Order: sequence, then structure tokens, then C-alpha cells
Amino acid sequence: MRPVYMVSGGISKFAKARPDRTFQGLAKEAFDYAMNDVPELTLDMIDASVSSYFSDHFQRQLMSGIMATDYLGLCPKPARRIEGGGATGGLCIQSAWEMIASGRSEVCAAYGFETMSHVNTWKGNEFIALASDVSFDYPVGGFYTGYYAMMVVRHMQEYGTTPEQLAAVSVKNHANAFHNPYAQKRMKLTIEDVRNAPMVAWPLTRLDVCVMSDGAACVILASEEAAKKLTDKPVLIRGVGTGTDAMRMADRPHLKVPLLPNEKEEDYKDLKYPGVHSFRAGRMASKQAYEHAGIKDPLKEIDFIELHDAYTSSEIQTYEDMGLCKYGEGGEFAASGKPFLKNIDYGLEFPDKSQVGLCPVNPSGGLIACGHPVGATGIMQGVFALWQLQGTIEKHLNDKTIQIPDAKVGAIHSHAGTGTYVTVSILEKAF
Amino acid sequence: MANKPNLNPEAAAKIEETEEGTVLFNVPFPKDLSQLKEMSPILVKQPYQIDYLHSYGQDSPFFAGLANKKLLGTKCPKCGYTYGTPRLHCMMCGAECDWFELPQEARIHTFTVCHFGSQEFLPQCPFILIQVEWDGVDTLFLSRLVGPDPNEATLDWVGRKIRARFLRLSKFKPTDVYFVFAD
Repeated sequence: MRPVYMVSGGISKFAKARPDRTFQGLAKEAFDYAMNDVPELTLDMIDASVSSYFSDHFQRQLMSGIMATDYLGLCPKPARRIEGGGATGGLCIQSAWEMIASGRSEVCAAYGFETMSHVNTWKGNEFIALASDVSFDYPVGGFYTGYYAMMVVRHMQEYGTTPEQLAAVSVKNHANAFHNPYAQKRMKLTIEDVRNAPMVAWPLTRLDVCVMSDGAACVILASEEAAKKLTDKPVLIRGVGTGTDAMRMADRPHLKVPLLPNEKEEDYKDLKYPGVHSFRAGRMASKQAYEHAGIKDPLKEIDFIELHDAYTSSEIQTYEDMGLCKYGEGGEFAASGKPFLKNIDYGLEFPDKSQVGLCPVNPSGGLIACGHPVGATGIMQGVFALWQLQGTIEKHLNDKTIQIPDAKVGAIHSHAGTGTYVTVSILEKAF
Repeated sequence: MANKPNLNPEAAAKIEETEEGTVLFNVPFPKDLSQLKEMSPILVKQPYQIDYLHSYGQDSPFFAGLANKKLLGTKCPKCGYTYGTPRLHCMMCGAECDWFELPQEARIHTFTVCHFGSQEFLPQCPFILIQVEWDGVDTLFLSRLVGPDPNEATLDWVGRKIRARFLRLSKFKPTDVYFVFAD
């Protein structure tokens, strides 16, 4: 396997509805932004592409992937469509990584899109819930927020996690997005605002849950030789990991925790894992990515993370999967301020100010605030992480507030339905 | 304030949008074609309805069980793993499992109250979803809890004893069984 670099990225403005563009038009916006950011890059030089979108239902169009590929002018070169629920975008980037690492491609475009506004929100929830077992799960009351709510209720029962700790994640991500013009929801909130919002599935309120969006995102990956020609700010994809778990949450086993280098077996003597409180796929993806990248202590070695916060609860559960804290400490980790940005006033009190900003999580605002146009989401994370590591946040956002000073290593984490597919990729500044 | 959600229900009142639309047979068109790029998008309604003949395949005995007021799980004869939601093949070792009858008394492993839901289930909101656990059974079962006030949700429901109840007129869906508190 040879090294693979990320050289450019682009995002369309995420919005509740973009009736002015078809999915091809949205993909083109993101793709052109990425092309324009590396003026040396011509269409000819891109020798392969990978597209991603989640649901054929939203467009009522099969093979949307090739329709975007032809619109972008990438035919007749190799291309494929990747689908893996909410992790579609993360899987797409990893598939493009494989194209280059294997030597099949020199410059590969990875782009994704979703146009969710073509149906109403509750029909959209029905489509998403079809990503649960239609024999046993969907007919009982198929609703993803309900599934995640059951998971966090068990997390609360197991570890004492509180709804206020979940709300802190919502406050953080909405406030971060205040400085991100790409985001769909840019709000200054209090814990009380989150808790007083209408209940969706106990204990998750409307402000604990991401919204549906129309949007597209694109990253351009390149071999070392091609990357050197294209940019003086390349970012190395230092490690990749992918994990899976059973579709039915009821089928998740109760076994032992696969340990990260910074954990010991006695940390989890009585813990039955993953049950429904944790994402085994997220742990497996993290473990693989860390091994690949040679990371021993993620909290110390990773400068920021863009992770899949479709729910505030899943952000907290993911802190644990990724080893930022031990299993059970996710709620406390959120409330400690460690995943917050140092330079933003969130209106919250943190117990120890010196711990604030130790490893900012979702400096972009994450899914909760940016929106979740499923096929684009994991790629959007890649774009924001690229800009962080290039130090170009101000250039692209016209606001430098969320730029993490001297960011050298970042992680992106993409996650599908109740933790069925999870990808983690480690990115590193390479200039 | 523009960036704050308005949490006052009176101020947030609005007429619910519907999707009937309006029958329209023509739209204005500019003489100057360069103005076309400024045109508003045209949205048309496209209905989509389909009946599937969904087969439960190897899971069919479970649904026959519900119609006969029995809850069925499966057990792996090779490694002993037991499934509260049946699988004919063992996820742990790949062997073919055997059917067995599950007890109708169980406990709540976790729950939620859905105040909103997918379109199909919106009229039923609020409803309570639970994961059911049994001693000695390795996996859980998704079902509904009926009886308690959905507005009084509390973590104390976790671990409560529950009992299965069955629809008299079976619909051959997993909702042919539901649970009530048994303690």
C-alpha cells in the first residue's frame, strides 16, 4: 500500500431544501469548489471517482451515482457508488483511499450527496427507518430517534449519564456552527433551551437530534507524486479503520471490550459489551485506525475530531468508542469542556478550565448543526478536517474562530444506523 | 434572538403545510432566454405506492407462534448461544439453530417513549418502545410496552418485570405481541 493524500475539498451550502438544484447540480457545486481550490488540477488528471448517497427512495431514482458522475464529466473513467447508511460518506473516502493506495488511481474524487427535501420530514423518517429490519424492527415503530433513545437510556442506566450532559453537546455544536456559514443551524443555546425543546423520543429533544438536509460534499485524494504537483498543503491519510455490527440492536452481544492501547482489562471487569449502550463497530474502527496510524493515546495525539453526532447521545457514546475517555465516562467528558473550543464562550461553567479544549470535537458544528444530507455527511467531515489541518478555515469560512491553532493530527468518524458500519480515518498535516 | 429557537408555543403557531398542491397547466416564460437561469424551480408531485409480497422466509415459524400465543426464540445446538429475536443461523459459530419457546415473563432492558415517529406511526404517538430481556437468553427483543402513562417516563422502568400479551386477531407482524407491567 502506498501513501494517500487529501489535497482539496468542497461543500455545497447545506439547507433544509435546495429545490434550485438537482442532486447532480449540488454535487457539481461541491466538486467545482474542490477543483478551484487546487488550480493545477484539471478534469483530465482525475482518473477515477467514487460517489456516495444513502437512499434511492429520497430521489426515487436508482443509479443516481452514475448520473452525478456523468454530470461532473468523469465518464468513461472507473467509478462506483458506495452505500452504507449514515457511514456512506466515510466509506466513500475509504474506497477512494483504496483506489490510490492500491495503485489503481493517481487522483480520485470522492463525493457524496443527498436531497432529502423531496419528501416531508416524517416520510423521510420512514425511509430512514427502512434501514432497520423490516420483519422485526420497522413494524414495531420504526423511528431512528427512538432506537438511539433506547441506546442512551441504557447508557444512563449503566453509567449515570444525564440528559443535561447530552444537552451540553448540543450547546457546543450549535455554538461552534455559529462561526460556520456552511451550517444549517447556527444557534446560541442554553442547557435549558435544549431540555425545554419538544420531546422527540425520551430523553432526546428536538435539539438533541440532527435535521434532514439537501447537500453535497467532495474531497480529492491523490498519490504522493500527484499531491506534490497539486498543492503545497497536502494532508496525509495516516490510518483507516472500519467496523461493523448486527443490524438489529436486539442482536448485539454482551461480551468483553476490545481494548485500545491506553486501556486495561481490569478497567471493564463487570462490563457487558457492547450491549445496546455502546457501538462495537466504532470501537473496532478506532482500534484499526489507531493501529494503522500508530496512535497509542488518542486524547494526547489527536488535535481534533469531526465525528458523527446524529444525536447528542451518539457523540457521547463515540467519545468512549474512540478512547477519549473510558467507557462510562462519556457524559462527564462532555461536561468537562475537553471537547469544546477554548476561544468560544458557551455560557457554561466547566469544573477545571485548564481541561477545556483538550481535544475539540465537532469544531464545525457536526451533524447536529451543519445538517445531515446522509451521502455528503462523512465527506463534509473530511473537508472540514482538511481545512483545519491546512490552516485554511478562515479562507473558506470567512471566520477563523473555529480554526484550531497548530492542528497536526485530526480524526474523522462516520457512523451508520445504530452503529452498523463505522469508519474512522486519521488525517495528518504533511507540510 | 433570531438565532434562538422560539420555545413559546403561541408565538410558534403556524398552519400545517399540506401536499395537495395546485393544478397548474402553464407558467410564465421570459422572452430573453438569458433570464432562464433566474427561474424558480418547478416542483411536481409524484405519488409512489407499491404492495410488496414480503416473505418472512426462515423466520416464518416465529410469526406462526405469535398467532398461537407463543413467543419463539432459537438456540444454537453447537455453541449454546440463545436468541430472543430468532435467527435460524448462529451469529457466533454459523451452525443452524433450533426453535424453543421463550418465557412470557421478562424484564425491560431499555425503553423510550416516541412522541414523534415515522409517517406510518405518527397517529400512534406517543408510544413506548422497549427492548425485552430474559435470564439465560443472550439477545433481546424489540416490542411495545402498553399501560403506563407515556408522559411519566422514568429510568425506573428499566429492569421492571413485564408479561407478554397477544392480539386475538393476528396480523402476522411482530406487534402481534406486546408487553404490560407484571410487578
